[in-house]
Amino acid sequence: MPGVLKIILQRLALGVLTLFIVSIVIFTAVNMLPGDFAELILGQGATPEAVASIRRDLGLDQPALTRYFEWLGDMLTGNLGTSFAQLNFQTNMGGGEMKTVVSQIAPRFANTMFLAGVTAAIAVPFALMLGILSALYRNSVFDRFTNIFTLSSISSPEFFLAYILILFLAVLNPILPSLSNIYEGMGFGERLQKTLLPALTLTLVVTAHMMRMTRAAIINLLASPYIEMARLKGMSPMRVIVKHALPNALAPIINVIALNLAYLITGVVVVEVVFVYPGIGQLFVDAVKIRDIPVVQACCLIFAGAYILLNLTADILSVLSNPRLRHPK
Amino acid sequence: MTRLTRRGLLRSGAAAGMLAASGLPLQAQMKRGGRLRAGLAGANTSDNWDSRTHSDNFMQNAGNGCVFDSLTEVAADGTLIGELAESWEATPDAKTWTFNLRQGVTFHNGKPFGADDVIESLMLHTAEDSKSAAKPIVSAITEMKKITDHQVQFVLADGNADLPYLLSDYHLNIYPAGQIEEAIAKGIGTGLYQVVSFDPGVRFVGKRVDSHYKDGRAGFFDEIEFIAINDSTARMNALLTGQVDAINRIDVKTEALIKANPMVNLQEVTGNRHFTFPMLTNVAPFNDVNVRRALKYGINRQELLDKILLGHGRVGNDTPIGPANQYYAGDMEQLSYDPDKAAFYLKEAGMDSLNIDLSASSAAFAGAVDAAQLYQSSAKPAGININVVQESADGYWSNVWLKKPFCASFWSGRATEDWMFSSAYEDGAPWNDSQWGTEDSARFQELLVMGRKELDSAKRREIYTEMQMILRDDGGVIIPMFANWVQGVSNKIATPNTIGNLWGMDNARMAERWAMA
Repeated sequence: MPGVLKIILQRLALGVLTLFIVSIVIFTAVNMLPGDFAELILGQGATPEAVASIRRDLGLDQPALTRYFEWLGDMLTGNLGTSFAQLNFQTNMGGGEMKTVVSQIAPRFANTMFLAGVTAAIAVPFALMLGILSALYRNSVFDRFTNIFTLSSISSPEFFLAYILILFLAVLNPILPSLSNIYEGMGFGERLQKTLLPALTLTLVVTAHMMRMTRAAIINLLASPYIEMARLKGMSPMRVIVKHALPNALAPIINVIALNLAYLITGVVVVEVVFVYPGIGQLFVDAVKIRDIPVVQACCLIFAGAYILLNLTADILSVLSNPRLRHPK
Repeated sequence: MTRLTRRGLLRSGAAAGMLAASGLPLQAQMKRGGRLRAGLAGANTSDNWDSRTHSDNFMQNAGNGCVFDSLTEVAADGTLIGELAESWEATPDAKTWTFNLRQGVTFHNGKPFGADDVIESLMLHTAEDSKSAAKPIVSAITEMKKITDHQVQFVLADGNADLPYLLSDYHLNIYPAGQIEEAIAKGIGTGLYQVVSFDPGVRFVGKRVDSHYKDGRAGFFDEIEFIAINDSTARMNALLTGQVDAINRIDVKTEALIKANPMVNLQEVTGNRHFTFPMLTNVAPFNDVNVRRALKYGINRQELLDKILLGHGRVGNDTPIGPANQYYAGDMEQLSYDPDKAAFYLKEAGMDSLNIDLSASSAAFAGAVDAAQLYQSSAKPAGININVVQESADGYWSNVWLKKPFCASFWSGRATEDWMFSSAYEDGAPWNDSQWGTEDSARFQELLVMGRKELDSAKRREIYTEMQMILRDDGGVIIPMFANWVQGVSNKIATPNTIGNLWGMDNARMAERWAMA
């Protein structure tokens, strides 16, 4: 499969370039925000001397260009640096071990991945099933209802869905906890239970997209001659769809699933804040609040990287699932 | 000062009945056991056990309120009691202080506590480049002497009668000497609770130490769990669904939710936190005392309190001294809204009307812009035309505060009068946000120095009352209101009758003072 390999390499190279551009955009954007780390951490106590002393300690008194290239150089050697908050603490203390950005992000990222995993495990089969069923019973009451339900949930802001779920599943019927403060050393069962409400919220957000695409892709194929042939053979409608239509509809569906999985990693900020879930989204919000550029940059790179990798995976899978693309003439 | 709800009254009424029957103090009925779970705002991923960096309620509660002790402690009723210091005395000039330290206290790692720990821990704050907020307190001490293992002597550059009070500051935690770095990394103190786990910005879990010098009077829970919940809706949800037993900083707009829920109660105390409109008294027209007086009479304090704080506070009298202070002049005549008087003082200043800008932003306090607009409309009948300038919240403290001649601001207040005045009203102090100085009131600055050295409590009351009067009549800061600490507590938790009002959550000592009901 040299064709596929070539695509992968090409896309990876493009991905690295994208990451580079993203890092420039983020750095510029954070620098354009009013206030910097020194001013924000000191708040009302920001005397000029204290601000200057923190800026000197963190190298914030250097020109932006110098700072960017220093960061880039470190990053290229695999060193994501140390957060300003840690560095500031360090200069207060002198000596001692320091938490790097990587060690700060790693546990948070693992938590976000756990949430994304639970959501995907619920949302993907659920959306596919709904999509197939509504293709099968298209234009029926079921189809209409599914469409209205999923479209209205995707159209509502996430925090609204989150509060609705909290209202029904935590306040009125106390089935699930509204607080998803998972921590290290928590048993899997309890962790799963605490993650369920945010996972359900995200499920509501991502289902519509995947379900609509599944439905459309399948219905699109239902008019093709080979489907008619299958039907004429006397196959049951369900079998026609699962056996004949679905495999050919996979490419667009995979693409949409990949996009939504990427969203589960990058778009969880609001949901994490509402449910107090200690994931990367909360860390990101905290870091932006105090203009902790190394952490913001690292989070953004992870977000961008997730998008690029999942898109790449989607492309490769759709090539693999389509013999015409697998063996180009 | 706790506000009683019907339910609360029934409960505490029953408790009072028992109290009368048994003759025991209420404290004695607090029973040991259980786990306190609190959802707290004010947490950050940069939190750590270095108390020099503590600035918000989460670390106040976990640090000074659980793991560490300071030399002295402000009790819930505002009196000063010993914590690691048992007693203290001063020379008549209030310059030399001797502290007798508690014996038989050990740190969580087994190291016995003594004079060296005190000296080395305090020295942390004066280290070169230290960014400690308590630096001014400690740098006033010129000499720290160990007299015996359990006695230390501090010599001050100038006499200060408040030193024991100042040493209760939550930044001044005592660490084990020689192991401070390790103690800061792991959280090793002499407090009632030792660290089980700490995830900055996420969660703190503490376990009661087996035996402690506060046994019997504090530290009733077996375990403490503080969960960082910075989002106010999430905090409220956690309390209402019973996942936490207490939360701080309730959004007063959602007060009805608490009142409708039989499982939780609203706990409310008025402390020293106040919202202000400082004007630079060295800039025209604010350098004219008549203009300042006109502005004082042109603001409708009650309206601001009702509309911005929804009644959760009390009106201010243009002095920063609040009910949590010892010498609070609560009976001083209250400034009222009087457009005629405002117009009169404007005339005295030789003006028919006055046009000024007032800078405000939500960074100053929630609702600051609305407050400025209310001020605008109340001042109009007096001929004062306020133009409200909405400033960006980012960089507000560095670009607007102390720079614009008239703006919105806030102070969380200080434990002592002298501390508050010397932070914000002493001639030349860096945070003197009205540039209030000798030129405006030589008497005030003179009294400030006098009060600091005075050890006689009655004389101090006179001095501080006069200072509050000067600020009310001539001062450059308009203080329309004091904000309450509004917090929610589940009825699974028993709280004492008096709740500390210096900081949120019972002076950030709920883990020590509360118990399971």
